Amino acid sequence: MQKIGILIETKDGEIKKANFGVITAARGEDRDLYAFLLDAMGEDHKNLLQEFGIHKIVEIQSGNNLISYNPVSWSKAVRQAMDHFCISTLLGLASIQGKNLLPRIAAGLNAPLVMDCSAVNLNEHTVQKSQFSGRTIATLKTVGPFHLYGIRPNAIEATPAPCDAEAVSFQAEIENDGLTVKEIKQSDSRGVDLSEADVILSGGRGLENSENFRVLFECAELMGATVGSSRVAVDEGWVPYAMQVGQTGKTVSPKVYIACGISGSVQHFAGMKTAAMIIAVNKDAGAAIMKRCDYFVVADLFEIIPALTEMLKEVANGDTTDLVE
Amino acid sequence: MRIYVCVKHVPDTAARITILGKNRIDERVTFIMNPYDENAVEEAARIKRDVGNAEVIAVTLGKQAAESTLRSALAMDADRGILIKADDHPDSMVTAAALKAAIDQDGKPDIIFTGKESIDSEGFETMYRLAANFKIPAASNAVSLSLEQGSAIVECELEAGAREVIEMSLPCVIGAGKSLNKPNYPTLPAIMKARKKEIKQIDLASLNLEKPTGRVEIIELKPAVEARQARELTGTPDEVAGEIVKILRDEARVLHD
Repeated sequence: MQKIGILIETKDGEIKKANFGVITAARGEDRDLYAFLLDAMGEDHKNLLQEFGIHKIVEIQSGNNLISYNPVSWSKAVRQAMDHFCISTLLGLASIQGKNLLPRIAAGLNAPLVMDCSAVNLNEHTVQKSQFSGRTIATLKTVGPFHLYGIRPNAIEATPAPCDAEAVSFQAEIENDGLTVKEIKQSDSRGVDLSEADVILSGGRGLENSENFRVLFECAELMGATVGSSRVAVDEGWVPYAMQVGQTGKTVSPKVYIACGISGSVQHFAGMKTAAMIIAVNKDAGAAIMKRCDYFVVADLFEIIPALTEMLKEVANGDTTDLVE
Repeated sequence: MRIYVCVKHVPDTAARITILGKNRIDERVTFIMNPYDENAVEEAARIKRDVGNAEVIAVTLGKQAAESTLRSALAMDADRGILIKADDHPDSMVTAAALKAAIDQDGKPDIIFTGKESIDSEGFETMYRLAANFKIPAASNAVSLSLEQGSAIVECELEAGAREVIEMSLPCVIGAGKSLNKPNYPTLPAIMKARKKEIKQIDLASLNLEKPTGRVEIIELKPAVEARQARELTGTPDEVAGEIVKILRDEARVLHD
C-alpha cells in the first residue's frame, strides 16, 4: 500500500475547491491518501474530504492547538507528520501558499520537487509541466527517496470517489528558525485569487484608464469572476501588480478567460494560455489574441461588456427572454 | 556589508523556443537576465547606496555565455561577479548546492537575493534550498524590504493582494518580486565600466559537491500545441452579450442559477 500525503489549503475556514483536483490526481490502486490540515479541524471537513477519496485526515497541531501561521513552523510540522506516518510522496497546490510551503518542505528534506504540474503519474514518479513561458511541455521525473509535487490550481478536474475517512491529530514540535510573521495585511479586493479563479475578466490597454476598470468589476461581480489585467494596465498604474496576468505576473488556468482590449502578446499568453476557454473582445480585428482564442468579438468593449452586465442582471432575475435558444 | 545576488541567464521571453533531440532547447536565441533577478540586483544596489559600506557580488551558474548576464548585473551596479561554469543545466538541488559552495569560498553573506522565480524552468524553489543549505531564513515574493539592526523586515505578496509582514534575522535569503522596485536600466558609461569589473570563474566540478540525495530528470520536452478554433461572434452588442451568456452557461458551465 502506497501512502500519499496531500497538503490541504483552506480559505476562510473552508477547504478550497482546487484541493479536490489534487486529491483526484493522487488517487490510484492500492493507495492510502492522507490529507494534512494545518488550519482546520479534521472532523469539520470529513464529509467533504472522504467524498473525494481521502482515507485519513491528519490535523497537524502543537500542544493540542492549531499552529499559528508561520511558513517555517508549518513546513517543519508537515515534515514531522510525513516522517511520523512514513509518507514519502507529498502533493499540494502550486498556489501562492503552496509556493511558500512546498519548496520549504522540499528544501528541508533535500528532496526533489516539481511545481506547477499539470499532470502526475505517481507510479512512474513523472509529471508534466509547462516551461519557457508555456511554450514547451516538459515531462520530468523525480528520483530519490522523496517525491514532492505542486499541482497547478484547476489543472486537474476533480471527480468524487467516496470512501470512509478517519480523522486523527498529530502533535508537532514548533520551530521558526529566525523567521517571524509580524502581521498579515488584508487587501480591499475580495474573492478568490486570480490563480485559482474559475472565470477571469481581464482588461488591457483598451481600458484606457483606471476608472474604466469599473466596467469590468461590475460585470465580474455578476459573473462570479475575478478581474485581471495585462502588463500595460499595471505599468500605466491603472491597476495594482497583483492583478497582472502573464509572464511576469500570475499564471492562471481558469475555465473561462475573457480578454478585453488585450492584444495578446507572447508574454500575456504565457500566463493564461492554459485557460479552458478564451474569449477575446477587441476593436482591432488584427490583434494577435483574435487568432489564439475560442471566441472573438470585433467590437468596442465599452459596448459589449455593459451589455453583458445587463444581460447577466436579467439572467440573475430569472429573465431569459433575450437569450435566443 | 556583503550582499550576494544570484542571477540566471534565461532565454528572452520573446525568443522562439525550438526543441533539439528529446529534452534540450536550441540555445542559439537571445538570452537575458531572468526578469525577477533584475529586481534582486536593483534592491542590492539600493541597499548599497543606502548603507554606503557594502559590496554587491552577482553569482550565476551556467555556461560561458552566462557571463553576459553577470555583465548586466555589473552594469546595474554590482561590484563583481562569480560564474560557476557548468556544461549543462543542473536541477535546483545541484544549483543551490553549487551557489552555497561558491559563496562560501568567496565570503560571508549578510543578505542573499534571488528573483522569486526563473522564467525558463519555473521551479520557484532555489532560494529556499539555498537558505536551507546555509541554515538561514528565507522569504520569497518580496514586495518591500527594510533593514533594521540585525534583521530584515520583508513584505511578501499573499493571495488576492494580501501581504505578510515577515521579520528575519540576518543573514537571510530574499526572493525579489516584481513590485519590490523599478530597476534602473544601465547607462552607457555604466555598461562600459561593467566590462572592466572582475568576474571570477569556477568550474562546477571543482566545487566537489556531495552527491545529491535526489534529482529531477528531464525525460522529454515537447512544444505546447494550441488547438483553438477561433470563432467570431457577431451582431449588436446585445446579441453578442446574449451569445456570451449562452456560451458561459451551456458550454463552459460557469454560470449557476
